[in-house]
Amino acid sequence: MGILEVKGVNKRFGGLQALGDVNLSIADNVCHAIIGPNGAGKSTLLNCLVGKLIPDTGSVSFKGNSVLGRSPHEINQMGISRVFQTPEIFGDLSVLENMMIPCFAKRDGYFKLNAISDVMAQRDMVEKAEHMLEEMNMANKKDMMASSMSRGDKRRLEIGMCLAQEPSLLLLDEPTAGMARADTNNTIDLLKQIKDERDITIAIIEHDMHVVFSLADRITVLAQGTPLVEDTPENIKGHPKVREAYLGENSGH
Amino acid sequence: MTDQTEQHATSAAPAASSATQSSTKVLGLGPKDFKLMFLVVVLTMAAPFLLNPFPEGSAMAQFNAGYPDLMQRFVIFGIFAIGFNILFGLTGYLSFGHAAFLGVGSYAGIWMMKLLTMNVIPAIVVSVAVAGVFALIVGYISLRRSGIYFSILTLAFAQMSYSLAYSVLTPITGGETGLQPKVADPRILDGALEAGASPRANLFGLEMGAGFEWQVGNWLFTFNAGYYVAAVVMLVAFYLSIRIFRSPFGMMLRAVKSNQQRLSYTGLSPKPYTLAAFVISGMYAGLAGGLLVAMDTQVGAERMFWTASGEVVLMTILGGAGTLIGPVLGAGLIKYMENILSKINKDILHEWFFFLPDGFENLMVELVYPFIGKGWHLTLGIIFMLVVIFLPGGLVEGGQKIAGMFKRGKDADASKTTPAE
Ligand SMILES: Nc1ncnc2c1ncn2[C@@H]1O[C@H](COP(=O)(O)OP(=O)(O)O)[C@@H](O)[C@H]1O
Ligand SMILES: [Mg+2]
Repeated sequence: MGILEVKGVNKRFGGLQALGDVNLSIADNVCHAIIGPNGAGKSTLLNCLVGKLIPDTGSVSFKGNSVLGRSPHEINQMGISRVFQTPEIFGDLSVLENMMIPCFAKRDGYFKLNAISDVMAQRDMVEKAEHMLEEMNMANKKDMMASSMSRGDKRRLEIGMCLAQEPSLLLLDEPTAGMARADTNNTIDLLKQIKDERDITIAIIEHDMHVVFSLADRITVLAQGTPLVEDTPENIKGHPKVREAYLGENSGH
Repeated sequence: MTDQTEQHATSAAPAASSATQSSTKVLGLGPKDFKLMFLVVVLTMAAPFLLNPFPEGSAMAQFNAGYPDLMQRFVIFGIFAIGFNILFGLTGYLSFGHAAFLGVGSYAGIWMMKLLTMNVIPAIVVSVAVAGVFALIVGYISLRRSGIYFSILTLAFAQMSYSLAYSVLTPITGGETGLQPKVADPRILDGALEAGASPRANLFGLEMGAGFEWQVGNWLFTFNAGYYVAAVVMLVAFYLSIRIFRSPFGMMLRAVKSNQQRLSYTGLSPKPYTLAAFVISGMYAGLAGGLLVAMDTQVGAERMFWTASGEVVLMTILGGAGTLIGPVLGAGLIKYMENILSKINKDILHEWFFFLPDGFENLMVELVYPFIGKGWHLTLGIIFMLVVIFLPGGLVEGGQKIAGMFKRGKDADASKTTPAE
């Protein structure tokens, strides 16, 4: 059994069947890519995993526990962190503060009323955040206002914030969307490094086949809300159904 | 290829200075905050002098604000605004019903004075506690919504409280007449009053109305016990707010304002954080309400009217929402205008413009008149609009800009005297 089990999940938006009977099992410690054309239901599927949406039917379980009906912060505390399609960071806070918040969440849980001590006097939290920023190669930006960084840096920061929580499962929603080639390559290297150095499972949604084939151990192809095939990258490359449904338009990469 | 460049970049990156930047702290405050705190202490303690710059009997004497009643209002509404700012300035949740907590605090305080003692300590402590419990209920319900719906819910609660206090709850609130301590009240902790004496608020015997005047030349300075009690409470409240701003809790509140989605997907629940901020700011309001009755032992329902809730919003935005000192400045400015500007009348204007030829004198009086006396709200409105449009950071931003101009001036001088190599 995988770390994440999705069974028979359906989700409708009015008349639109966004997800139709999705079954998906993500094994521990792999990088699992979910690909498919725009509107295939990839983001909707992620939303069902993190508590942003509740599936109409079906079950989602993480490490054997159901996540359905739990609120996003509870699911996160179970060990699932998510990077969004457009970077979601605390724009009005400094880069260092951005990084400290997940550290506090990891240490103190979903709420702690610590209203008197100075935040910068929490040396262990500051050091952990600074260390994480170093690892993300952005230690020199720690005093910047997060909103003033480039998109690539914001994405990097967001990934770092997720890693600071030491999640078992990291969900990435098109981490290279809208990025320049160089930034994309940097992101690929960063993710490779994360994959190699950490005890972590990665589920990545990606449009860019170059990214997918550089990272994925397994690939699920989603089309019109339903998984078409699931296989290794090598087999997916040659799969006629996939070429037809998806790669046909993107095989240039 | 890319791998290599990446690794190279990593190794070349300067090792981030993890050297402790914990500069020496006094009272748990960093040097900048300590300076601010020190300044506020000096200003509040010296207020009777600073607010009375004009000699008695001079034409400008009417601009003196150093009399006890007004000085008390400065610090008490300062507390109210400091607390409001913890909610609004940090989390961005705009409550339109905070006067309800002020009012509840006042009623609770008066009841302590009726039942227990005229000593202000129980009155103030119970005001804070009761307002806190009330804020917990109102906040728990209102915080189910955010944005404008949250504001409307708080407004609805406050107006309901006002109506209840005004009519249905008359046995508890005194309805239209309001409440004040009576000679016949039980006051179980106090001894019997002397014949003919009326109950007076005191701090272990020191009456809030007590004080002395000091004549220096033409200047008259008034020192009032009540003001100093309220001022000390305000300093404690201000100190606590600095600590809250700098704490992990304060950082989480700013994170709530910045991006709630990211916060919940980072394993933190925004609700208890905002609720805690709401209750704390409600307790500050209750504290202000308790102090109001400690200084002037009476309360009526109008204290909870929506205009009173709106006033604290104006104070906070005018001074600078989210800044430490801004709300206090805003409260001071509004209370000053309310009490000083509103007292200027036509006769005084005629005196001012007396030096002009008659026609011009009348013209000037007619031009200025709408902005003073009862028209002070008009002036406030204009100032408020100007601040919001040109200084979105409030008076504090204005102060920073002026300070910045001076600094740049100095730097320019410095570069002139020591030419660059
Ligand atoms: N909240 C929503 N309300 C209505 N329709 C939605 C919503 N979210 C997604 N959809 C629709 O569901 C389909 C799948 O969307 P999405 O999961 O975002 O696709 P992908 O991420 O694969 O591009 C699309 O047709 C989209 O318009
Ligand atoms: Mg998508």
